[in-house]
Amino acid sequence: MQSLLRQQHPLAVPGEQLRVLNDPALAHRSFDDALERSGLHPLTSTGIEVLQINVGKLCNQTCKHCHVDAGPDRNEVMTRETAALCMAVLEQTEIPTVDITGGAPELNPQFRWLVSESKRLGRHVMDRCNLSVLLLPSQKDLGTFLAHYQVEVVASLPYFMAAYTDAQRGEGVFDKSIEAIRLLNGLGYGREGSGLELNLVYNPVGAFLPPPQASIEADFRRELLVRHGVVFNSLYTITNMPISRFLEFLLRTDNYDRYMQKLVQAYNPAAASGVMCRNTLSVGWDGVLYDCDFNQMLDLPVSFGAPVHIRDFVHDRLDQRRIVTGQHCYGCTAGAGSGCGGTTV
Amino acid sequence: MSSYYHEDDLARFGEMGKNAPELWEKFQDWYGAVFEEGALSQREKSLIALAVAHAVQCPYCIDAYTQDCLQKGSNLDQMTEAVHVASAIRGGASLVHGLQMRNVTQKLSM
Ligand code: SF4
Ligand code: SF4
Repeated sequence: MQSLLRQQHPLAVPGEQLRVLNDPALAHRSFDDALERSGLHPLTSTGIEVLQINVGKLCNQTCKHCHVDAGPDRNEVMTRETAALCMAVLEQTEIPTVDITGGAPELNPQFRWLVSESKRLGRHVMDRCNLSVLLLPSQKDLGTFLAHYQVEVVASLPYFMAAYTDAQRGEGVFDKSIEAIRLLNGLGYGREGSGLELNLVYNPVGAFLPPPQASIEADFRRELLVRHGVVFNSLYTITNMPISRFLEFLLRTDNYDRYMQKLVQAYNPAAASGVMCRNTLSVGWDGVLYDCDFNQMLDLPVSFGAPVHIRDFVHDRLDQRRIVTGQHCYGCTAGAGSGCGGTTV
Repeated sequence: MSSYYHEDDLARFGEMGKNAPELWEKFQDWYGAVFEEGALSQREKSLIALAVAHAVQCPYCIDAYTQDCLQKGSNLDQMTEAVHVASAIRGGASLVHGLQMRNVTQKLSM
């Protein structure tokens, strides 16, 4: 499978995704309207607690639902110069957490420097890991590196059975993921008392919403232990966002309208008040600033007078900024909510 | 009307509240309470609902509870087994009535 960009698919262009999301013929109640009725309009940041750095779109996998449209055929990656700007911002501020994502962030040559610098500055570091990357010959020492720096690993595993995981992430990915978890468990990850956190991410393999987090976590814990002898700390459930490759899937399979309807019907004001953009600042591979990784993929940078590039970072102008919202935001506010840390209520 | 059943009608279920709102409200409250987490988990209840939907052969319920089962984290192996349970009971229920046939035959026969 190739990225939408490589296929020259019209939906590779963020503007085309926004056109679909805002198409009056397919219109659902406006998200801003929903916010208004919950007394949350305009949505604003409550203070930056997480600096999420997306180091680029290069990935060793090409998952069908990827909101980044990542893959081996993408070459947009963060340079040392931009990485250094991110670390300079970290040094000037007290932002406690650095969340490194991609693509497969570990494939970026700046990844290890970002980790060691963030740790030197005493910050908590998270690596959004696709697991299979740990088995690449070039990444043989990755597990040891992550353990050495006590990096929290947040790893995608959409289901505890191979057929479902592979249907979304590619043939053979489930077996590789289990092997990688075993490797991480061997280093102490996911084991109580080790201080090495391994959290898994469930997301639905299709056009439906995620189950209650606690119940599916219990299923994962039981099944992964019994079938594969592997352990983890927590499971986060994340809703698939109606953008990029998942949007392409929804449209191609004639599921778009029903899925949007489901998201809109499941709008939950409590989830809306806890959306992750309120405490996150997202940096793109080229240094542009966004309210979240989803806005980043839709080419919707921070606005309303906030500085739009990491080189122009001013804490006070970003800390309480107004957030750029759209119809895709319904993906974060359905049911128990969804963010990079799972449910939000 | 091209068919008695229409997918879009599922979303219109609430219209059944129009001429008997109090009864509808009672039904809604009771229905909601039935599916809450209890001695059985929501996921188990959803699988039972899926099985019953097949037994009563209601296309609306099959649609709704297929989605709900997936949304509760069940997989197609579990859902298929639930349908087999419904089918086994249906099949068994027919077969066990064969005893009535045998009883009647016995009574009439010399
Ligand atoms: S979902 Fe993650 S692992 Fe899959 S292609 Fe996208 S970035 Fe890569
Ligand atoms: S999509 Fe981004 S901006 Fe919208 S609610 Fe979710 S996190 Fe916030």
